[in-house]
Amino acid sequence: MSAAMRFAKSHEWIRPEADGTATVGISAYAVEALTDLVFMQLPKVGSRVVAGQSFGEIESVKAVSDLYAPVSGDVVAVNATLPERLETLGNDPYGEGWIVRIRPDDPAALDGLLDQAAYEALVASSPH
Amino acid sequence: MSPEPLRTALFDWHLGHGGRLVDFAGWSMPVQYSSIVDEHCAVRRAAGLFDVSHMGRLTVAGAGAAAWLEGLMTRRVAGMPRGRVRYTLIASEDAAGAVRILDDALVANAPVVPADAELDGGDGPSGLVVNAGNRERVVAWLRSRLPGSGVELLDRTVGTAMLAVQGPAAVAIVTGLAAGDGPRLAALANYASATATIAGVPAVISRTGYTGEDGYEIVVPAERATAVWEAILAAGAPHGILPCGLGARDTLRLEAGMPLYGHELVEDSDPFAIGLGLAVDLEGRRFPGAETFRAQAAQATGRVRVGIGFAGRRAAREGSPVVVAGAECGRVTSGSFIPTLGRAVAMALVDRRVAATGTPVEVIVRDSPQPGEVVPLPFYRRPKPAA
Repeated sequence: MSAAMRFAKSHEWIRPEADGTATVGISAYAVEALTDLVFMQLPKVGSRVVAGQSFGEIESVKAVSDLYAPVSGDVVAVNATLPERLETLGNDPYGEGWIVRIRPDDPAALDGLLDQAAYEALVASSPH
Repeated sequence: MSPEPLRTALFDWHLGHGGRLVDFAGWSMPVQYSSIVDEHCAVRRAAGLFDVSHMGRLTVAGAGAAAWLEGLMTRRVAGMPRGRVRYTLIASEDAAGAVRILDDALVANAPVVPADAELDGGDGPSGLVVNAGNRERVVAWLRSRLPGSGVELLDRTVGTAMLAVQGPAAVAIVTGLAAGDGPRLAALANYASATATIAGVPAVISRTGYTGEDGYEIVVPAERATAVWEAILAAGAPHGILPCGLGARDTLRLEAGMPLYGHELVEDSDPFAIGLGLAVDLEGRRFPGAETFRAQAAQATGRVRVGIGFAGRRAAREGSPVVVAGAECGRVTSGSFIPTLGRAVAMALVDRRVAATGTPVEVIVRDSPQPGEVVPLPFYRRPKPAA
């Protein structure tokens, strides 16, 4: 896991890339908590995402959950085959299980998110 | 503020074995242990073990028990052979004639808990199994209808546990633990109940369930519940039994097209429209709600319960509008991705003109129309056992 990776309290991760974009996914904890994933809706390339607002949906047998954008920006790529192989989210949530790549409006916005230690503390303190 | 949820006798076991506990109808219950899909498939392929101790277990004791119930249940109780179990509705009717369906229940001409077998006086006791979320109001309503003497209503929910063993291997697993009672349990008819000993513990065992599979529901004293639970898991291990939570129970009953109180069946339901006419015996009987149900049976106008099959995996949930040709003509009552079919299905109440099998519909899921069509219920029917 990259040391530059940051986490939202809503369990998405975001990792800055060398080209100024950032990759977004959901944490291993989130995948474990959801279980039995059956459906995912991705945004379109070129669409806007807004920090704290839904950019897609992930559905388990029990419930549907929103995916929230950790920061605002434009979608430059989506992992288009992920909805057909949702097991990838469980097997490799920080690698092959990436969801979208965005170009953040403000790269410094990532600094306002949780680092790995702070996120792990958040997860440890929440009821499982 | 809601009070602390009740705990079943198996609470500590669930907590110690990865059960994800949720507050359900006032009880702390496991929604799943591993994966809902794995648990669901274990029941279809082999067996699953469920803690259903939250269900209400009531004993109606006294010489007049059966006659008293006959005047209250929508289903005929009089003349039920000893040991038979029937599915019934329980409805109240106020002075103005307003009818409320309080619950759906199983009524047995047998005690539902083993300790009450000694209350048996030939004409009873009878037993009722009611939904957890309706137990308190059903008990209160039944008590308000008790005659001055001759009938007693005992709530046996706390103090006993109820386990469901469901799946094609359920009979082999349970009969193997029942020693001399095994052959009798193997021969037990569907919707029949018997007292028997399982894993050395006195039990009331019925050939009932809520999954669409063969199996048993087993009531034992609370203090012996964990021992029986573990004995069933050990005996079932070679078959591939899994402990199952309420999540799989819900997908299994949905796949089997079974109604759930609060969803398909509500207080003001028309039982004949939602496919529960078999639970209402009208001929020559008087009971609360009977005149309303007679009128509903004659009119046949209520929205009907149908199955909807979707091409995709995205699930419609309760309340999703059902649309035909741009007009809303029904609402989803339950919906989920279901594992055996590998796609989403729903049950819905729809106008009669769109209820025919094959009618194309759209269901609005989070503002997005999902194409589907009306399909027959149930979505899944278990294969007939080889002769």
